[in-house]
Amino acid sequence: MFTGFDFDVIQRALPYLGQGMLFSLGLTLLSMLGGILLGTLLALMRLSGFGVLNVPAGGYVNLLRSTPLILVIFWFYFLVPLAMKKITGDAYASGIGPFYSALIAFTMFEAAYYCEIIRAGIQSVPRGQVHAAYALGLTYGQAMLQVVLPQAFRNMVPILLTQGIILFQDTSLVYVVGLTDFMGAASKVAQRDGRLVEMYLFAALVYFLFCFSASTFVRRLQAHYSGAR
Amino acid sequence: MIEIRNVSKWYGSFRVLADCTTKVEKGEVVVVCGPSGSGKSTLIKCVNGLEPFQQGDIVVDGISVAAKDTDLPRLRSRIGMVFQNFELFPHMNVTDNISLAQIKVLGRSKEEAVERVHQLLNRVGLSEHAQKYPGQLSGGQQQRVAIARALAMDPIAMLFDEPTSALDPEMINEVLDVMVELAQEGMTMMVVTHEMGFARKVAHRVIFMDEGRIVEDANKEDFFGSPRSDRAQHFLSKILHH
Amino acid sequence: MDFSVFLQPAFSGGGTYLDWVLSGIKWTLWVSILAWIIAFTAGSVLGVMRTTRLPLLYVPATVYVEVFRNIPLLVQMFIWYFVLPEVVPKGIGDWLKTGMPMPEFWNAVLCLGFYTASRVAEQVRSGIQSIPKGQTEAGLAMGLTRPQVYRHVLLPMGYRIVIPPLTSEFLTIFKNSSVALTIGVLELTAQARQISEYTFRTFEAFTVATVVYVLITLTVTVAMRALEKKVRVPGYIGSSAK
Repeated sequence: MFTGFDFDVIQRALPYLGQGMLFSLGLTLLSMLGGILLGTLLALMRLSGFGVLNVPAGGYVNLLRSTPLILVIFWFYFLVPLAMKKITGDAYASGIGPFYSALIAFTMFEAAYYCEIIRAGIQSVPRGQVHAAYALGLTYGQAMLQVVLPQAFRNMVPILLTQGIILFQDTSLVYVVGLTDFMGAASKVAQRDGRLVEMYLFAALVYFLFCFSASTFVRRLQAHYSGAR
Repeated sequence: MIEIRNVSKWYGSFRVLADCTTKVEKGEVVVVCGPSGSGKSTLIKCVNGLEPFQQGDIVVDGISVAAKDTDLPRLRSRIGMVFQNFELFPHMNVTDNISLAQIKVLGRSKEEAVERVHQLLNRVGLSEHAQKYPGQLSGGQQQRVAIARALAMDPIAMLFDEPTSALDPEMINEVLDVMVELAQEGMTMMVVTHEMGFARKVAHRVIFMDEGRIVEDANKEDFFGSPRSDRAQHFLSKILHH
Repeated sequence: MDFSVFLQPAFSGGGTYLDWVLSGIKWTLWVSILAWIIAFTAGSVLGVMRTTRLPLLYVPATVYVEVFRNIPLLVQMFIWYFVLPEVVPKGIGDWLKTGMPMPEFWNAVLCLGFYTASRVAEQVRSGIQSIPKGQTEAGLAMGLTRPQVYRHVLLPMGYRIVIPPLTSEFLTIFKNSSVALTIGVLELTAQARQISEYTFRTFEAFTVATVVYVLITLTVTVAMRALEKKVRVPGYIGSSAK
């Protein structure tokens, strides 16, 4: 079964794979950041009583949660350059490059998921806290920033991190637009050297080790939080 | 009928039950009381093997609970248990709750089982609720159904784990009345409870537990008249002021 | 913006572009539904295995769940399609590569099915574990064996509790079916991409695909909500009785 299994190819490819991994991690972290910021905004919009805010936000979230990530990636990858051409009137505008298209795609996609997590987190803070804040004379903004959001985020950290792990796995999908993340790098080496088995198994192993350690860490964190209560 | 011999139990390094020994004779009603954490619920759950124990043995109608070859489900089907939180199965109506074990464990036919259901519902005063679901009943009604469910198995003894502790005050009596009737009919009962009125009425003996030990085990008159231990006196003075 | 492109005959023959869309929808539905059947059955079994106390059952189930959950779907897809035929005995490997009909389709179904099974397992497990311990105790106290307790008490309630998260997994399978395009399955997203490459009507192609996915999501959500209503237990809110 393993005759001709070539471990060398993995070793020789390590620098290239390392670059791919940096890409994956970078994309993950930036999208997480953007996703959480945009997600918080969306969550606040959805929680506000104003139809003009919560309907578009709700529509956005439901739309992005119904659409496959690959399709969203395609949307931004193919259509951003077209939009740029229209906006700038320049027929040869090349858009903002594949990395930024992917970054926008991931941020917008994850924001929809983060919105729901954050919304649930905010709703889990007892109403009495908000009342107490208002009773002291705080404005809506102050109550949110000083009282509600800090508590909400503390409750949500494990789930936000778990979503981050899922996001890390999802970055592998940039393969469909030819970007070289970790999986893309492994795939390119596999095809160039004809070593599909070794490279793909190695990729699986690396992803497993990263994600398993990360989720174990999150589990410990969760246990720590609920113990401290 | 029920013999508890030197039973000890640990959760990890924490000793929950310490060398407990007592008996419940056929037809006797024994009340077990004590502060929370005293191990009384744990002890009663050891009697039907719901809680395992590391030392000692419990013998019910001649059958050892701790022995490796004992058919526990079979033994349990002969002992009825009523829980603090009623534990009716929410996805089944009253009739199904009471007939499930009759059919699956005792092998009775559906008709036989349902016949018994009606008899028992009559007895606990809940005939009109046969088709209702537990979620549609009050706490007191649910607990009476739970008692009927246990009686449907024609048990040789009944175990009660704080049967009225989760009830609103106005419903406690409807459940206690059923239990008093059962006692007067001669059922062997072991009851963990704070309801000393019940104990005074129908108990033969009262056991007081503290920190995993049986501190007092006296017949009713002695216990309420002149308990020997300070702990028991202290406890009684606290709860009898209610 | 010109949606009439869909009525135009396809560049490479075989009907209009609309036919391509319909073909894509067909493949998306087939992959998703067959994968869901695998995911639901395997996931349920694994989920139950993870709730038992027997290492023989919960260790393999836990290993399975951790492995399938921590490797991206895309990587798993490639392993099924490219790696599996190479690492199995030569006879089977050859059949997988040349003899098996529609290898891309079946690989996609199996991959997606087993991947999603790990997620379903977690939902089922958490549903069962959210049921209060007292329910299990009540079942055992009546003399039911553990398998009987699962069958009559834990699973009926457990499944009702997890209908919402299972709905979400079912929807996710439809979305994840798009990953099959990487091994050559011409499902909806793949077709949309192809159409945009042949007609340059990128916006229209992707819009149609998006609308179809949204419709699938709506249909499934409505259907599952109806299911939830149908199996709802009267008087029961959340996971604790009134």
